[in-house]
Amino acid sequence: MLSVVVFLPLAAAAVLAVARRLPDQGARWSWLLITVADLALVVAVAVRYRTPEDTAAGGGGLAFEERLRWIPSVNSSYHLGVDGLSLPLLGLTAVVFCACAVHALREERRPRAQAALFLFLQSVCLGTFVAQDLILFFVFFDLSIVGMYFAIAGWGHGNAGRSAMKFFLYTFLGSLALLVGFIGLFLAADPHTFDIPELAAAMPLADSPIVGGLVLAAVLVGLAVKTPTVPFHTWLPPAHTDASAIGSAVLAAILLKLGTYGFVRIAMPLLPQAWQAWSWVIIAVGVVSVLYGALVALAQTNVKRMIAYTSVNHMGYVVLAVGAAGLVGSGEQARELAVTGAVTQMVSHGLITAALFLLAGVLQDRSGTYEMGEYGGLAKPAPRFAGLFAVAAFASLGLPAFSGFIAEFQVFTGSIGATWVAALALPGILITAALFLRAIQRLLTGPTVGRSIGFTDVRVHEALPIGGLLVLSLLIGVVPGPLLDLITPGSQAVVGLVSR
Amino acid sequence: MNEDPVALLPELALLSGAVLALLSGSFLPRQRQWVARLIAVAALATAGVAAAVALGGPTMTVFDAFAVDTGSGVARLVVVSATLLVIGLGVDELAGDKRESETYALMLLAALGAVVMASTNDLLVLAVSFLLASIPLYGLIGMPRSPGSAEAALKTYLLGALFGIVLLLGVTVLFGVGGSTAYSRVASGLQTAPAAAVAAGFLGVLAGLMFKAGGVPGHFWVPDAAQASSTTAAAFLTTVPKVGALVAAYRLVSVLPDSVDWRLLIAVLAAVTMTLGNLAAFAQADVRRLLGWSTVSQVGYLLLPVAAMGRGDGALPSLLLYLVGYAVTNLTAFAVVAAVHERRTVDDYRGLAAAHPWLAAALVISLLSLVGTPPTAVFVGKLTVFTSAWDGGLAWLVVVSAINTVASLFYYLRWIAPTFRSRSSSATDGRRPYASAAAVIAGGCVLGVGLAAGLVLTLADGPLAP
Repeated sequence: MLSVVVFLPLAAAAVLAVARRLPDQGARWSWLLITVADLALVVAVAVRYRTPEDTAAGGGGLAFEERLRWIPSVNSSYHLGVDGLSLPLLGLTAVVFCACAVHALREERRPRAQAALFLFLQSVCLGTFVAQDLILFFVFFDLSIVGMYFAIAGWGHGNAGRSAMKFFLYTFLGSLALLVGFIGLFLAADPHTFDIPELAAAMPLADSPIVGGLVLAAVLVGLAVKTPTVPFHTWLPPAHTDASAIGSAVLAAILLKLGTYGFVRIAMPLLPQAWQAWSWVIIAVGVVSVLYGALVALAQTNVKRMIAYTSVNHMGYVVLAVGAAGLVGSGEQARELAVTGAVTQMVSHGLITAALFLLAGVLQDRSGTYEMGEYGGLAKPAPRFAGLFAVAAFASLGLPAFSGFIAEFQVFTGSIGATWVAALALPGILITAALFLRAIQRLLTGPTVGRSIGFTDVRVHEALPIGGLLVLSLLIGVVPGPLLDLITPGSQAVVGLVSR
Repeated sequence: MNEDPVALLPELALLSGAVLALLSGSFLPRQRQWVARLIAVAALATAGVAAAVALGGPTMTVFDAFAVDTGSGVARLVVVSATLLVIGLGVDELAGDKRESETYALMLLAALGAVVMASTNDLLVLAVSFLLASIPLYGLIGMPRSPGSAEAALKTYLLGALFGIVLLLGVTVLFGVGGSTAYSRVASGLQTAPAAAVAAGFLGVLAGLMFKAGGVPGHFWVPDAAQASSTTAAAFLTTVPKVGALVAAYRLVSVLPDSVDWRLLIAVLAAVTMTLGNLAAFAQADVRRLLGWSTVSQVGYLLLPVAAMGRGDGALPSLLLYLVGYAVTNLTAFAVVAAVHERRTVDDYRGLAAAHPWLAAALVISLLSLVGTPPTAVFVGKLTVFTSAWDGGLAWLVVVSAINTVASLFYYLRWIAPTFRSRSSSATDGRRPYASAAAVIAGGCVLGVGLAAGLVLTLADGPLAP
């Protein structure tokens, strides 16, 4: 089942890549069809998903497990499975790619190649979230970088080639650090294995704090580059600014989550002692990311760069929460809440930021610039755009009734419950609110001036995916129960594993 | 004594192929030298089939000097396939050349030398195979008759002569204190021999093998030869001799007594080789010279399982797997170099991705494989050799290798990055259909070996002949 979910888009991508005769319209619609089919499959998985029983057995129980021999001599297998941590992200991936396919229905630049590339990206992102083997995880993780490089370089604008290369070099170097960490874990385990549940049960390096710290450092650097946290975030703004609208949406909504997901899937369960020892460093990085991201975002005049820096801020909450989860001395319930909040934040940020980037894409499409100073009073010529942007901005700043509130509320309740230091990150919320309100004011309100004059409002193929993403965010904000019920057993398992 | 000549069918096929190619080339007009190429390919194919059949057969020693076992079986297959691939990537360059048939004959003879070196169980045969593998190389390197190639050929020749003498000296000493040249008997003889004499003899033989492998201290010729000889010869001499020399080194250390700390020596050589190769590769602008230094550093990693010989049963399979992965990866890179031979420096590769997307893809795959990123061939090789070294108690060497691996990324990326930039001049590349096809096919194999590494490892998992 999971294999079908993961490889259906890839198979379609291969067909699209060779079908030279396919008319553009056919390519666009078949892309949409495949993403809808894949979304339906993920929904089917979610409906049939029952929290696995044996969460106490070490690695956390997995559902829909598949395991095939791959490279037996190094104990690397084709091992897939989902649990409460990965299933929400699986759903997010399917939803966001589906939204991108709708948004790209009017794409004029090589639509067939774009469809093939994004289907490929969808496959590798889904694969990363379900991989239960470090090598498999790494292969998918690395291929996502390659895919994203081409998405930025091929369909971006401005200085796309340079930004794409910066993105590639930065994240590729990070992934190499990750690989070094994985090999360290592999060598330290007895018997050597790359299997994530087996490694979690075996706890290699439990008795060697120095080597364990080094391995964790390698893994953390790799994940932090991808997340990205301060000080490894410098690739993010240019990559976002020069990528196409759907490229940015996928980059922010899905690819950043590969990093944060790595924290809860790999770093915490596999290196619990090192994680506990270094949790203060992680908390510090999280707090700094929250504040620094928000402050730099406040200083931006370019809408897309601003949204990009709010991503640094939002991912900072996740890092803060998972760091706080390593403070074993504090209450277990608070730490579970923090991890649940972190996973909820991943989903929430994915939905809202994808919507924001798609909206920013509308600006570029109509007038070719993201500079806020060029616009003003957009609400009059483009009321639908204004409405959607305002809703997305409020959702992003954490207004109650949206998913962002649920996520950040849990992150802060849990983290502050674990340590008062987390409260230092609270001003981040205020700054984010300020910057979004200021962006609304500069873009939407006032007299219609500059490029706002004659601005064409959002069309159906743009409004549908943006609206859909925001409705989902609203839904999670109003009825968070089902999602939290899904995540909570997973976060309980992670906290149990990291507290060993 | 087993004297079944059928067991040496691959070697005989190579030898007769070389002789026939040379003879036919002497009587053929220049436009019809392809007949010699056909003969060479047929000989290699025969040798390959025979080697594949033998790999499934029993382990034995024939003529008291040739082991027919997993080590020699995989080495034969790698050497033969690598030589076939070299001919494939070199057809465009060689076709119609004045010395086309001679090139094939020399390559077959050098391949024969490498195979014999990998499979011999006797010190004297090892010395002969050293000469057989070296002398054709001097000719191959000097073939273009340019000042650079003359210098490279002379350098290789002088170094080869020196290390050949050192090797013979080592063989003599080991024979003297061991009482025999056959490994099976020399092993027991060395147990009681004075450690200093054993160490001196071993050092001599190892130095000779390091010359062939292109590792410290016998590495000086590799970058010059890779840069100045024809692309075909460069691809050949950075791939095939290494296979023979490394398997031979593995066999050699298996007879040494514990009185000599050979493990440490090999480990130090490995560390020095990979570090030196990497450091020297950093500043290179010429892509062939860069590849030349990169092959030096790869020898360092290849020495890891040799140093871990006898501890755990993963050493030999990991060595063989790495050799398979290294050969196909290195040849992919050289095939791309051959396909766009007007581009000499790293900067010349600007615009390759736009002009030749398939070649650029093959280049990126091969370079990333040389770094060791999944899911490519060298990644699995590196992973398994790291594992065998770790299990062999050489954790420090694994750490050194890991640092070197990360460092090596920089110079490979220095080459990858320009290929995706746009090119300022509109110079077009000449068409090299064979080399391009070889690059794409080999690039596919790099991924194939990486993904099907489990299968290769099952083939490579077997004992050596006693």
